[in-house]
Amino acid sequence: MRLHTIILGLCSASAIAFGAHAESITIATVNNGDMVRMQKLTDDFTAKNPDIQLQWVTLEENVLRERVTTDIATKGGQYDVMTIGTYEVPIWAKQDWLLPLDNLGDTYDAGDIIPAIAGGLSLDGKLYAAPFYGESSFVMYRKDLMDKAGLTMPEAPTWEFIADAARKMTDRASDINGICLRGKAGWGENIAFLTAMANSFGARWFDENWQPQFDQPEWKNALQFYIDLMKDAGPQGASSNGFNENLALFQQGKCGMWIDATVAASFVSNPTDSTVADKVGYALAPDTGLGKRGNWLWAWSLAIPAGTQKAEAAQKFVAWATSKEYLELVASKEGWANVPPGTRTSLYENPEYQQAAPFAKMTLDSINSADPTHPTVKPVPYVGVQFVAIPEFQGLGTTVGQLFSAALAGQSSVDDALAGAQTAAVREMTRAGYIK
Amino acid sequence: MATRQTRTLARFMMVPSVILLLVWMVVPLAMTLWFSFQNYNLLNPANVSFGGLFNYRFFYTDPAFFQSIWNTLVIVVGVLLITVIGGIALALLLDQPIFGQGIVRILVISPFFVMPPVAALVWKNMLMHPGYGVFADIARFVGLRPIDWFAQYPLFSIILIVAWQWLPFATLILLTSLQSLDGEQKEAAEMDGAGALSRFVYLTLPHMARAITVVILIQSIFLLGIYAEILVTTNGGPGYASTNLPFLIYRTALLGYDVGGASAGGIIAVVLANIVAFFLMRAVGKNLDK
Repeated sequence: MRLHTIILGLCSASAIAFGAHAESITIATVNNGDMVRMQKLTDDFTAKNPDIQLQWVTLEENVLRERVTTDIATKGGQYDVMTIGTYEVPIWAKQDWLLPLDNLGDTYDAGDIIPAIAGGLSLDGKLYAAPFYGESSFVMYRKDLMDKAGLTMPEAPTWEFIADAARKMTDRASDINGICLRGKAGWGENIAFLTAMANSFGARWFDENWQPQFDQPEWKNALQFYIDLMKDAGPQGASSNGFNENLALFQQGKCGMWIDATVAASFVSNPTDSTVADKVGYALAPDTGLGKRGNWLWAWSLAIPAGTQKAEAAQKFVAWATSKEYLELVASKEGWANVPPGTRTSLYENPEYQQAAPFAKMTLDSINSADPTHPTVKPVPYVGVQFVAIPEFQGLGTTVGQLFSAALAGQSSVDDALAGAQTAAVREMTRAGYIK
Repeated sequence: MATRQTRTLARFMMVPSVILLLVWMVVPLAMTLWFSFQNYNLLNPANVSFGGLFNYRFFYTDPAFFQSIWNTLVIVVGVLLITVIGGIALALLLDQPIFGQGIVRILVISPFFVMPPVAALVWKNMLMHPGYGVFADIARFVGLRPIDWFAQYPLFSIILIVAWQWLPFATLILLTSLQSLDGEQKEAAEMDGAGALSRFVYLTLPHMARAITVVILIQSIFLLGIYAEILVTTNGGPGYASTNLPFLIYRTALLGYDVGGASAGGIIAVVLANIVAFFLMRAVGKNLDK
């Protein structure tokens, strides 16, 4: 009895200490620049909502993915707001693990969210996560090297042009590689790039009956094209290059072109880090004339787990962090160039932003040309441009990534890599019950 | 003198710690065993069923399974060879009275304090990268073509990184054992006319045998589970060339939150580790009983 009294007393004491009505919500987020900036600006939110307190758990991308996935799958209930990507949202929404975001306030203007992004975060027309930051991929190229090769980059190049330009720009003697592309094995590494690229060649991971498609000619064309191109015009050691390695190469002036995330534009054009900052041009990701471009779509988004007790406070926070007003707040404090990109159409119509970010239009066009629900030429049973939104994809994608990186390193042929990928995919999909 | 009573008492006193150890070990092992027979994916909780031996069958029919076991053993043996031989050599050098001995020792030991992913990234991007790594610069300087380490020799590159990390450990243990070697014995051997080589083979090496055993045993335990270095450098590629058993478990099961598959992989790894430990103990463990 006495113990209960003491505990009760302690509880009420702490309740008084933290304010009589304060409700505290825990937010799990990723440690990239835009998110860290948001944490610094939360005074604005707490000033508007004095009864809500914010607790932050900031983690590196892979750790975050692991923590929040384990938490939501085991109904741990540690977090009230989770930062998740476009890969997780469709899977979790299907399991009824997320609250639909239908109460974000009258001024929120959900119609302003870029349609391609909203499509990737919705299930059956209901929005399950609000985008905080969005990106696609595009071509970054060196204008000076392009001139030297006697070529002009069109706004929407074809793969044929890219390959031709890459071979012409390559100058092994002065250590300039025509093109730098991802080669390190992994579902978020080379597979992200290659899946998006294969889309533009008309390839798909699975047909409508979840039958893997690596034995089809489209994949062979795409992979052969990639390997040949990298052999002729790629950097040495490409099979272990990911985003950061290619970024370093490009910044040091060793790449003629680089196809990767749109967010890289702000790094390569930043004169303090990049030796080629004033020479970078941008173009849409290439196509082969089949109607799809080889660019991906990703959005870090805020979602609310279905088990939370504090749904109302959590929705208020999500609405604040992904609102138009938040973008203006960042602009007023840190300048338009530092606003989280890729979520709202109105941002790209803002002349001040267009001036601060010369790559703004290309980013928007890239995002708009990706469609997560119809990623490739032929119909598919899955959601996702550079991934397949099923739980099995991370493991399967990494296996296939290993096989493709072996082909890039010259340790196996393209045919062997594709045959291996087909076997692995059939095995995994049969086990998971997709193939009956 | 231990009487029967005191011995009984001693056993009795040990009971709590033994029980604690057992609980610590048996409960997780039993749970892992139980899960390994289930079809259980964390992301698909509605679909849990008893799978029998399916998880095991799926795991060992993986095209990378046998190669990954082979790679695991190659990593263990390769790193042990480098660290034991290199460790003995370094320990012999460090045992000499030289100027600045303390600082040199600290420098030699410092790689051990670098976290595995950090060490792997430094090696990958600053030393072994064929474009801007130091090795590539050296190769170009002497007129050779830079080696693309992770594409051409992925497993050897990983062995090199891991060996670099564990060399200080071996050196440290072997150095302490060297320092406990009685100086008078060395002098006596010298006076008897033994050359440097025979002194090393007949005196120093037998003296270090026990320390070498400890190094081998402790390192094997950790080397069987090498994972971070592979994740940040090659991600198991190209192909399956640098996939070892822990990485295979990570890729086939943990990445997909497949609890059943991961448990089965874990059990297989435990069995394998025990086989390795069995032979290891037979081969070198006798030294410890002396």
